[in-house]
Amino acid sequence: MSSTDIAIHQTDMHHGHDEHEHHHEQNFIEKYIFSQDHKVIAKQYLFAGIIWAFIGGFLSILFRLQLGWPEATFTFLEPILGKWVLNGKLDPEFYLALVTMHGTIMVFFVLTAGLSGTFSNFLIPLQIGARDMASGFMNMLSFWIFFIASVLMFISLFIETGPAAGGWTVYPPLSALPQAIQGSAAGMTLWLISMALFIVSQLLGGVNYITTVINLRTRGMSMTKLPLTIWSFTLTAVLGLLAFPVLLSAALLLIFDRSFGTSFFLSDIYIAGEALSNTGGSAILFQHLFWFLGHPEVYIVILPAFGLVSEVIATNARKPIFGYRAMIGSMLGIAVLSFVVWAHHMFVTGMNPFLGSVFMFLTLIIAVPSAVKVFNWIATLWRGNIRFTVAMLFAIGFVSLFISGGLTGIILGNSALDIQLHDTYFVVAHFHLVMGAAAFFGMFCGVYHWFPKMFGRMMDEKLGFVHFWLTFIAVYLVFMPMHYVGIAGFPRRYYNWTGFEAFNIFTDLNTFISIAAILGFLAQFIFLFNFIYSIFKGRRATENPWHSNTLEWTTPINPGHGNWPGEIPAVYRWPYDYSKPGAEEDFIPQHIPFSQTQSSNLPQERVLE
Amino acid sequence: MVTNLDNNTTGGVHPLKFSLWLIIISIVMMFGAFTSAYIVRREEGNWLEFDLPPIFILTTVMIVLSSITMQLAYNAAKKDNLGMIKLMLSFTFIFGVIFLYGQVNAWGNLVSNNIYFGGMDSNPSGSFLYVLTGVHGFHLITGLIYLAIVLIASFKYKVHSKNMVRIQLCTTYWHFLGGLWLYLYFFLLLNH
Repeated sequence: MSSTDIAIHQTDMHHGHDEHEHHHEQNFIEKYIFSQDHKVIAKQYLFAGIIWAFIGGFLSILFRLQLGWPEATFTFLEPILGKWVLNGKLDPEFYLALVTMHGTIMVFFVLTAGLSGTFSNFLIPLQIGARDMASGFMNMLSFWIFFIASVLMFISLFIETGPAAGGWTVYPPLSALPQAIQGSAAGMTLWLISMALFIVSQLLGGVNYITTVINLRTRGMSMTKLPLTIWSFTLTAVLGLLAFPVLLSAALLLIFDRSFGTSFFLSDIYIAGEALSNTGGSAILFQHLFWFLGHPEVYIVILPAFGLVSEVIATNARKPIFGYRAMIGSMLGIAVLSFVVWAHHMFVTGMNPFLGSVFMFLTLIIAVPSAVKVFNWIATLWRGNIRFTVAMLFAIGFVSLFISGGLTGIILGNSALDIQLHDTYFVVAHFHLVMGAAAFFGMFCGVYHWFPKMFGRMMDEKLGFVHFWLTFIAVYLVFMPMHYVGIAGFPRRYYNWTGFEAFNIFTDLNTFISIAAILGFLAQFIFLFNFIYSIFKGRRATENPWHSNTLEWTTPINPGHGNWPGEIPAVYRWPYDYSKPGAEEDFIPQHIPFSQTQSSNLPQERVLE
Repeated sequence: MVTNLDNNTTGGVHPLKFSLWLIIISIVMMFGAFTSAYIVRREEGNWLEFDLPPIFILTTVMIVLSSITMQLAYNAAKKDNLGMIKLMLSFTFIFGVIFLYGQVNAWGNLVSNNIYFGGMDSNPSGSFLYVLTGVHGFHLITGLIYLAIVLIASFKYKVHSKNMVRIQLCTTYWHFLGGLWLYLYFFLLLNH
């Protein structure tokens, strides 16, 4: 792949870069390590995301082993986990660390950085017709700050007191006091520093994404001709820009509480009968600050998946997306609502019931734009000329998971029902389906669909189908039973429930869930093999393998630095002219002017000919 | 960085200026979080009331003056008045440093009045004051660094009416930092 890259690189150096004053050959480090090219940065994010996903997935398998076989001894884990397994028993505090790190890694490092980082970077310049991001340097900085954050988080897995263990939400006082739990010692410090860097990285990236979309669109690319992917990435970046600074504030105050003796979140705490000196703090204040980020964060995770799925469904159903403007409107609606619902995570913190019902009402309104989106996806599929590519299967799988997980959101959004269901496996099942697995499906859908553009080769379809079906089935087998366990009141984050008479009957169910989870995890290795193998040995891709309309497919098979060898194509039409009656083919790319498609032009388009 | 502004729908705003506004929005969100946390926490009681350090009046005047000189430097750059640019940027820098020095003095004043950042005798009301001034001070330092870069460029005659982007960005950021301090100061006056 590298050799073809260089060949194309040289040719387009002379055509496409008239604005470049110096035509020097980049060396290896400039080209692949400290690259400022958005496509390379996207791949860096993708590889980092995949590595993190496997680490995060592996951690979940470890705690599923404990939950599935509570009486078993895991001496075979000693070579990997060392002293965290004592006499074959997983250390209870390490169990909490596993849960915490699984959440942190998946939410932030995989589904935020891995998903947005990959696809926003890769697709924004290619789909809006720009040579690169507004600031390539800031973009590079964004990745490498993320990399440092990753390294710190990774190191925290190996320190003696273990990684952070207070849950991914790091509520104080548990996370603020090293005396409370081992994980709140050095592990928590690393967690906070890593997250602070992560936030800076996301802000740099987000600023770049928004600026690029607003300022660098090609001629003719009005906001209403943008592919839905771009809309979703832009709104994601806006959410990040507004929400992440608040998390940074909260993290900063927590750092001061932990290391400088302030009392923002700590008050009247007794440890071993001794009162701590901290007075006047409020632990609930942290939850407010955290969830003001935390709730938009789940949309930061799911919005890019919305965009990718919309694009793939329209392309592979060979139909225009149903309700393009409604899709944009619903994403805007979700983005706005995401900032006014945070307290639905806090119904049981003793909040005023009236306030609770306000937040409940706002939360339930989110069902409206979500339902609009689901309706539009299904309407797009309806009587489409569907091609079941792997990406399409994952897109349809996404819609299925989003519906299944979304329905339980309506239940959890009720402040009265939440009293029973709060912090049970019902919640775990809900958010894993609706934002965890669904966002993963969106990501897979994106990887399978845009792989030819990224690497100039196709991924293997048969392995893709096996990967899809195993993953799809495993996800439902894991999370459906969890609803049942959750309704029965089984609390999340518990190391062991065999001591509770009421929950003994669920041992078999938990074993079943664990087996499904392990199978699901193993299925991901099929993807990993397919991914790596296809980069080097995959079938060579054509320029536009999916017969898609968007601009990225007008670039050479391996686009060089600057993306288009010649002039950037201008845009004349929206990106969803699939199966237009009267057209010669079943797709008309965005850069084809109406004058060339007279047979298919609608009456109102005649004036544009 | 690949620039291809000629071929694009630029929307009339320079991408870096647009980026700066986005960065300003994120800083606003951060201080919005701090000040709303301040209000929420204050409502809960157990809140130590104390007088703000009087030196804040002086530092406020300093930062307003620095904003004025910054604007004068910007106007001078538009008119290619190179001597004036250097003079006014230098004044801005000096006022900025005096402001920071005053803020540090304010901390000393707080400590001598037994208002501590952390430890046994601290109360969130004092800690919040340190955080607000400290985080603002940190951003002011970033502003000073950027100002120094523009200042050096002005001494190399690289700031003039044909090369305005740098000083424009600097002016915008500096006014923002001044405005941010005014907001914080009035916020503290009202909530004390």
